[in-house]
Amino acid sequence: MRLAKEYSWLLILLVLIQFPCLVWAQNGNDEKNIEMHGFLMGIYSLRTTGQKPGGKEGRDFLLAEERLRLDIFGWTESIEASARVKGDFLFDHVSEEFDVDLREAYLDYTTANFDFRLGRQIVTWGVGDLLFINDAFPKDWISFFAGRPLEYLKIGVDGFRTRYSSEAVNAEFLVIPRFKPDNLPTSDRFFLFDPFADVPSRFEQEPESSFENTELALRLYRRIKNFDVSAHAYRGFWRTPSMLPDNFAAPTKVTAFYPDLSVYGLSAQGSAWDGILSFETGYYHSRQDEGGNDPIIPNSQVRFLVGYQRQVWEDFTIGLQYYGEIMEDYSAYRSSLLTGFPAQEEYRDIVSLRLEQLMQHQTLLLSLFTFYSPVDKDYLFRPKIAYKILDNMSCALGANVFGGRNNTTFLGQFDKNDNIYLWVRFDF
Amino acid sequence: MILVMKKAILGVIALVILIVGQAFSEETAEQKMPLSAVRIIEKSQQAFYYQGDDMKTNVTMELIAKSGGQRTRVMSMLRRNATEGGNQKYFIYFHKPGDVRRMTFMVWKYPGKEDDRWIFVPAVDLIKRIAADDKRSSFVGSDFTYEDISGRDVAADTHSLLRSEKLAGRDFYVIESIPQEPSEYTKRLSWIDKKTLLPLKEEYYDVQNELFRVFTADKIENIKVGEGLDENVFPTVTRRTMKNLKTGHRTEVVYSSVSYNLGLKDKDFSERHMRRPPRSWIR
Repeated sequence: MRLAKEYSWLLILLVLIQFPCLVWAQNGNDEKNIEMHGFLMGIYSLRTTGQKPGGKEGRDFLLAEERLRLDIFGWTESIEASARVKGDFLFDHVSEEFDVDLREAYLDYTTANFDFRLGRQIVTWGVGDLLFINDAFPKDWISFFAGRPLEYLKIGVDGFRTRYSSEAVNAEFLVIPRFKPDNLPTSDRFFLFDPFADVPSRFEQEPESSFENTELALRLYRRIKNFDVSAHAYRGFWRTPSMLPDNFAAPTKVTAFYPDLSVYGLSAQGSAWDGILSFETGYYHSRQDEGGNDPIIPNSQVRFLVGYQRQVWEDFTIGLQYYGEIMEDYSAYRSSLLTGFPAQEEYRDIVSLRLEQLMQHQTLLLSLFTFYSPVDKDYLFRPKIAYKILDNMSCALGANVFGGRNNTTFLGQFDKNDNIYLWVRFDF
Repeated sequence: MILVMKKAILGVIALVILIVGQAFSEETAEQKMPLSAVRIIEKSQQAFYYQGDDMKTNVTMELIAKSGGQRTRVMSMLRRNATEGGNQKYFIYFHKPGDVRRMTFMVWKYPGKEDDRWIFVPAVDLIKRIAADDKRSSFVGSDFTYEDISGRDVAADTHSLLRSEKLAGRDFYVIESIPQEPSEYTKRLSWIDKKTLLPLKEEYYDVQNELFRVFTADKIENIKVGEGLDENVFPTVTRRTMKNLKTGHRTEVVYSSVSYNLGLKDKDFSERHMRRPPRSWIR
């Protein structure tokens, strides 16, 4: 994290230097070609279970922070070039620290058929609603589970993107030289399942920035009949760490590392049956565990989802999804599973439901999103009320309610972290 | 010169084919409703929703509650007509309010069936399709529906010419339109200006046959198109109001910087431009 911060400043600097250049490149026209917007936001998330985890940030509040967003954009008229820096300055009352969250910082350049983007950028792939298959880009699950607005679920990647557009096919190619893991809840602030809870000595080993560790992602897409179809390929790493103990019987040290991963898949979305039909599938190739015998590294998987969304009456939308995950080499997984570790099923699935009703000229939103896994028997309920008080002022009140039969499954482990959150935002 | 003439001849031929074709296809419909009313509505839609080959405008929408509370939506809108079948493509870029700034919205409109709609969410760099099959649903929370913005299928209603009327020095056709299938309204009355064929007033009646929604075109500007011999003038409604009499809520819309025939291409209405609209589109 410390390193990441230094790197952030470098990026800000790089892009800021570009602004004068961009403005100067303009041949003195009357129009301004730089603009700044942003918002002030307070986010507060209170754990409702009345319990506090033992970690150093284990408070009643999961989140208590004020953020100042600055979004600066500059462009040229003569050549289609532009630059953006978008970041938050925040004070976190839980850790009692100031922080900078550089969301995006990039330079854009456009030619006849190509669009280039260099720098920190958010990339979202796939057609799932909060279920990701071909989107192997980093995510911030802390933000998601604690109630920050949805945009904070995505973390920007630092890399170079080339987009090619034509009538036959469109393509998007990303080169990401620096790895970023998912931001996962830790026992500092969350109750969660940790098989190595008693081991105090923890290390983390991220893939080093090197030529062979450079992540690559390719998407080819076009419209086929009435569907938007994409083919995806990704070569990089799992973003959830694997835990390697120094000794399986009596570990004294655990090292978190990120095994090699490739993902190949397809996604499609189009109109059908008076609504929107979505389909996505992907093969997760766990390259460091070909036979599935390594108890530390996840096995390869096939993932798929089917979704359907439609407007039932005015301003009321319903969305349903079914997601499945099939483990390859299940018998190898079972036979190599470490004693004392909870066993996963060969097939894991999730059903999601979204209900949304807009009211009062679309200024009031009542929404409910739920995840339920029939196999894991765990769930997450996310009710929310959002209201636009004025054009430039909005607020939301919501909750995250976790539960499940076991406290070792993905959602079940967060059972004691039920929270209600409130955010208020003022745009400028 | 020869090229221009060729184009003109081809254009005339195409027009003749179109008119003849339509005349034949409407034979059955004509038995049910008087031809003139359908034709007037068609021509009126042409003048109101299909003027020119393409169009660009900046749109300011004021949503005004009965209590006086006001909300403002500012956007840039581009529209292009397809060569056939009344299909159109729309592109909308949101400038205000701040929480939707840079959001873009694209509609591929097909009069006879469901439209294709996409939205670009800049905060997560995502384009997704949106389910909104009901063309009668509100556009961005205003008193205008999607249909009011981009036009209603002429064949969805039975039209009849009630009378001709003179109001404030202008001659109007007064047309009654009854939906073929249950709709949000049971009857619509349109006052169509005989000179420009623009609808200057519309009244919508509900199941109790009570007036509940009124559209008025409050300002018409003549927008100059082309130069020299090609110069033409398109009368355009640049200020309009939709008022809901039941709730007292109303929406006022102002078009500014209207221009026609920019030479937009079909492929311009793409995912690429949703993510990165040309500067000239959103100024």
